[in-house]
Amino acid sequence: MSDPRGAGVRPGLLARLKAGLARSASTFSDAIASALGSGRLDQATLDQLEEGLIAADLGVPTAAALIAGLKEERLGKEASADEVRAVLAGRIAARLAPLARPLAPDPARKPHVILVAGVNGTGKTTTIGKLAARFKAEGHRVVLAAADTFRAAAIEQLKVWSDRAGATFVAGAVGGDPAGVAFEALTRAMAEGADILIVDTAGRLQNKAALMEELAKIVRVLKRLEPSAPHDVVLVLDATTGQNAIGQVEVFQSVGAVSGLIMTKLDGTARGGVLVAIAEKFKLPIHAIGVGETIEDLQPFEADSFARALTGV
Amino acid sequence: MFEALTERLGQIFEGLTRRGALTESDVTAALREVRVALLEADVALPVVKKFIDEVHAKAIGTDVIRSVTPGQMVVKVVHDHLVQTLGAEADELRLAGAPPVAILMVGLQGSGKTTTTAKIGFRLKERDRKKVLMASLDTQRPAAQEQLKVLGEQAGVPTLPIIAGEMPVDIARRALTAARLGGYDIVLLDTAGRLHVDEALMAEAAAVADVSQPAETLLVVDALTGQDAVKVAERFTQRLKPTGVVMTRMDGDVRGGAALSMRAVTGCPIKLIGVGEKMDALDQFHPARVASRILGMGDVVSLVEKAAETIDRDEAAKLEARVKSGKFDMNDLAQQFRQMRKMGGMDGLLAYLPGVQKAKAQLAANKIDDRMLARQEAIILSMTKTERKNVKLLNGSRKRRIAAGSGTSVPEVNRLVKQFIQMADVMKKVGRMDPKLLRRHGIPGLIPRA
Repeated sequence: MSDPRGAGVRPGLLARLKAGLARSASTFSDAIASALGSGRLDQATLDQLEEGLIAADLGVPTAAALIAGLKEERLGKEASADEVRAVLAGRIAARLAPLARPLAPDPARKPHVILVAGVNGTGKTTTIGKLAARFKAEGHRVVLAAADTFRAAAIEQLKVWSDRAGATFVAGAVGGDPAGVAFEALTRAMAEGADILIVDTAGRLQNKAALMEELAKIVRVLKRLEPSAPHDVVLVLDATTGQNAIGQVEVFQSVGAVSGLIMTKLDGTARGGVLVAIAEKFKLPIHAIGVGETIEDLQPFEADSFARALTGV
Repeated sequence: MFEALTERLGQIFEGLTRRGALTESDVTAALREVRVALLEADVALPVVKKFIDEVHAKAIGTDVIRSVTPGQMVVKVVHDHLVQTLGAEADELRLAGAPPVAILMVGLQGSGKTTTTAKIGFRLKERDRKKVLMASLDTQRPAAQEQLKVLGEQAGVPTLPIIAGEMPVDIARRALTAARLGGYDIVLLDTAGRLHVDEALMAEAAAVADVSQPAETLLVVDALTGQDAVKVAERFTQRLKPTGVVMTRMDGDVRGGAALSMRAVTGCPIKLIGVGEKMDALDQFHPARVASRILGMGDVVSLVEKAAETIDRDEAAKLEARVKSGKFDMNDLAQQFRQMRKMGGMDGLLAYLPGVQKAKAQLAANKIDDRMLARQEAIILSMTKTERKNVKLLNGSRKRRIAAGSGTSVPEVNRLVKQFIQMADVMKKVGRMDPKLLRRHGIPGLIPRA
């Protein structure tokens, strides 16, 4: 299948990332700029700043904590809009920086198994397609397992990505046992001496106990073949999701031992600020962000640029 | 991290209800908490502000001061205004017009458009006896057209044959022609997910709307959406003039904050909600129910529906008979544990119930959680069949064996047995009692105490 938007002249990657994130930033920086009209940091300004953070999905407690820190330090002092933004960005970046860690498959493992999970529609399959292309470009032998046997045409969708990336593709029957597909894929990846196996799973809401149990079963079955697998369990979060993302991390972590996060859809106006709250609470590595639909649109997560874009520095 | 809106408002208004008179500052204080609670439930900031202003104006007035219990009056004002903002009446799809009537589905990527399209197709076919044709105009996402085709087969709703490489506007034209020739009543046009800032794709959707002149343009929105809901709603409203909203994933543990934002910003009625993975998991939107859920009155109606969906009716009848005849045994208890897990565990159940805060605190104090349920079930499963039927058999050595088998300890086994005996006693009484009493004490009366 063709990808009309992948063709043609494309601006540089950095410019695209910036453009994507700048959209995220604009509203927030507007809020700060208007808040700082007077030049002196007062309570009304702080309230407006807090609202700016809330509107960026940071959530009330996280926003309140950040503003409290700012208040202690700066209340009543002269502060330009840029200074306040820089301080806020610095504080946010400081929380996120220790967690910025790209997915790094261990070459000693044959294969390094990556399980990808998340609620419906967050962009799991697309993200896997991008990951596969990247690993392939880096010279790895990649196997993709279509363990989403539930959603109609999910297997076909992954197949298209697999073909684009030039990966080996393993799928089972529609409606079949996802754990079975994972088992077969791992068996095959081991036999072929593949470097990386990425397992796609069906989207599931975290409050569906039976579906979460199914995910736990996939993990168990992988462990039966290779006790150290899965080596990464990546939870894909949608930047447009609000505070519910926190609950998603919590529940997925309890069943599947989530080892890292990828946040998608940061190319819209959603700011993904909930990631700051999540970082605070779970201290999970943040591997990458998705800023578009083509293969190059998966970027390593950078705390500085994320925080700066969030606050509009 | 954040308390559910339900609990939050429950706390606030509990404080208000206890007092006799209500001052303006009381209302202001309460509404400040309402504001935070709404934000935590992902209602968009501008919508929250407007809502609070409106409620404030309504609440501070003679109504409140003269009423007997001012706290309850505030609850009522907030609730009524929520219902009003969410849309007072459940709204049907508009299907009037010369057939084939087109319905256009639009929304962000991953909001659930394709699944929703198939569900609507199924609903119109089954419920409204319409002849429906579905067509996917999604040439962006790999296999999106196949997805609708497969869903169409599952739903028994025909889909337009796929022609590779055809552009969306052309597919729309072909779908309308095919529908006209085939005598279809409705054509459902499923478009690609698009970002509201993607000018090219928004223009494409507008072109499709021009060609198809839809009777309904439904904006499909994920109920999990956060603050971004406002931007999405604004841009889609400007460009595509949706006539209705479909909220998906309302079966998640969400409070419906995005529903409030969508309704307020688009001005469109919320016509339908997606409540599950199955083809028929599409419901009418009931503003009052969602408002009640938000305000801590508990969505008891949905709980009952959920129970009806998961609980095996025959088993329930059997259990009732056993309770009545005083034959409630360990097998029945294990069955109860499994049932609770199926319905989403303790938290899942409690989320629907009023007064959750207190119940949760009680449970926490008694260390009752889902893990405990699992351990207790393991203990029961480690008993022999005869032991399960007659707990009196359990002597020291049997208890040691059960503890070892279930990975627990003898004191834990003892505790369960003691609870069971207490419970069985209660059950015997219940069996002889009039059902009204059970209703009064409700589920908490059945939960064993550690």
